[in-house]
Amino acid sequence: MKKRANVFLWAGGILSGLMLCIIILGYFWTPYDPTAMDPKAKFCAPSLNHLLGTDNFGRDIFSRVVDGAGTSFFIALCVVAIGCLAGILIGSLCGYYGGLPDLILTRVCDSITAFPAFLLALVIVTVAGPGTENIILALGILFIPSFARIVRSEFARCRELNYIKSAKLMGAGGMRIMFRHILPNTFPVLLSAVTIGFNNAVLSEASMSFLGIGIQPPYASLGSMLSDSQSFLHSAPWYALGTGGAIVLLILGFSLLSEGLQLKGQR
Amino acid sequence: MANVLTVKDLRVHFHDAAPDRFAVDGLNLTVAQGEIIGLVGESGSGKTVTAMSISGLLPREKAQVSGSITLDGHEIFACSDQEILDILGDELGVVFQEPMTSMDPVMRIGPQIEECLLNHRRLSKAQRRQLALEAMAQVELPEPERIYRKYPHELSGGMLQRVMIAAAIVSRPKLLLADEPTTALDVSVQAEILTLLKKLNRESGMAIMLISHDLHVVRKLCSRVAVMQRGKLVEDRPVEEIFRNPQHPYTKQLIAAIPGRDRHLF
Ligand SMILES: Nc1ncnc2c1ncn2[C@@H]1O[C@H](COP(=O)(O)OP(=O)(O)OP(=O)(O)O)[C@@H](O)[C@H]1O
Ligand SMILES: [Mg+2]
Repeated sequence: MKKRANVFLWAGGILSGLMLCIIILGYFWTPYDPTAMDPKAKFCAPSLNHLLGTDNFGRDIFSRVVDGAGTSFFIALCVVAIGCLAGILIGSLCGYYGGLPDLILTRVCDSITAFPAFLLALVIVTVAGPGTENIILALGILFIPSFARIVRSEFARCRELNYIKSAKLMGAGGMRIMFRHILPNTFPVLLSAVTIGFNNAVLSEASMSFLGIGIQPPYASLGSMLSDSQSFLHSAPWYALGTGGAIVLLILGFSLLSEGLQLKGQR
Repeated sequence: MANVLTVKDLRVHFHDAAPDRFAVDGLNLTVAQGEIIGLVGESGSGKTVTAMSISGLLPREKAQVSGSITLDGHEIFACSDQEILDILGDELGVVFQEPMTSMDPVMRIGPQIEECLLNHRRLSKAQRRQLALEAMAQVELPEPERIYRKYPHELSGGMLQRVMIAAAIVSRPKLLLADEPTTALDVSVQAEILTLLKKLNRESGMAIMLISHDLHVVRKLCSRVAVMQRGKLVEDRPVEEIFRNPQHPYTKQLIAAIPGRDRHLF
């Protein structure tokens, strides 16, 4: 048991760490300019010059994947940040104080989750128009209920614990109890929720961009690139493989990490 | 002498209990300044509910409360939530039965002892630390500086109970409510903690209400004993009088139930 948890945690940590390093490096430097076209080098197969080959405009796919992964990562980060912060705010108030507001907000969250998430994101993006900010906003709002529910149940559980009662008996006010005493005790649960949420955010953004309602050209994310690569599945299979592989590695890393964290929490 | 605590005709009824079953049924009790009073009674007799009422933390949606509790001039039932917060930890200190679960697991010992100061006094970090270390020395924790930086899981039950007491007395409350402070500890540590409470009472003149199952624990500590049965106060007299000449049949039973070997605990 102990050994397995460490394997998950280590593998996930190393993989995500590696991806993260490449992505952060990619914000400053990529082997080629991801948008520079080279008519002389269309559809080059992977080689030492072009690690993942080139696409129909002669752009270096590795550089584009790193750049696109950076965009995807940034969006996922913002989405999780919105979902997590708003979820903590709503969930903590509901869980700690309970009562009618709790009932109403829980029902609102339930009804948001009852909608197919995608449909809702689609509606928001259609109304607000596509674009990075709108994607972030749409997905961010969609992610609030799941975080709110987790935080709420943790707060409702902690509220009854002895050390919370004893903090009350020392004159601690509601805000102090919620954010100084209960919140730090929910971090283990929250952390694994964040890693899972991050995965979902990467996937949702990729699917939306894949369908063309996400990131718009000239910007590229992994999803929009995967969509582009479809047309060249036969002439340049490395395009789809490189992009898809990047998504898989990104997701796999964080899945392993969250699995490892959960196992660690159970011990 | 003035009274720190006056409880008049306290009646508590939980909504989920039978209509005629009061958890506390017309309790009258006073605690004088600097006095140690023992509140004893069988399990379920309403000792903890009494303590919770005094601390104003009885869940209002679960219980119906009537009567009056005056703590150092404050009428508890007339206080707003904020006023109760101002009293808790400042004029009233509370120590629970279970030291292990009564401390925040992810917070260091030092800041937890400073909680009351943080909530009630405007002090600098260094001043708070100083007072916390003083309180820790007062409850005879070895190496206060080192324990200050530890987490609860790194300490033993007896040490944690000392920490809890330090946290409760750091702001010099007028009254300390100790609800079975030694039940979770082994016998030798029990005796140490009780001796410590007596010392704190002597040194700072803080009144203590000691809630306990057994009369022999309170015998050496308290000057007065209040005996509760089924929510009612059945006897309230100086401790030696009660032992020499118990009036109420229930008190007689309690005294008869003290096992012989435990009479020499102290
Ligand atoms: N939260 C609650 N909801 C409903 N009933 C309660 C609640 N707390 C206590 N009671 C009832 O109040 C009565 C008195 O309980 P209390 O905890 O005060 O007993 P006690 O004297 O402290 O017992 P012990 O010595 O076991 O700690 C019991 O009958 C109990 O069932
Ligand atoms: Mg009790």
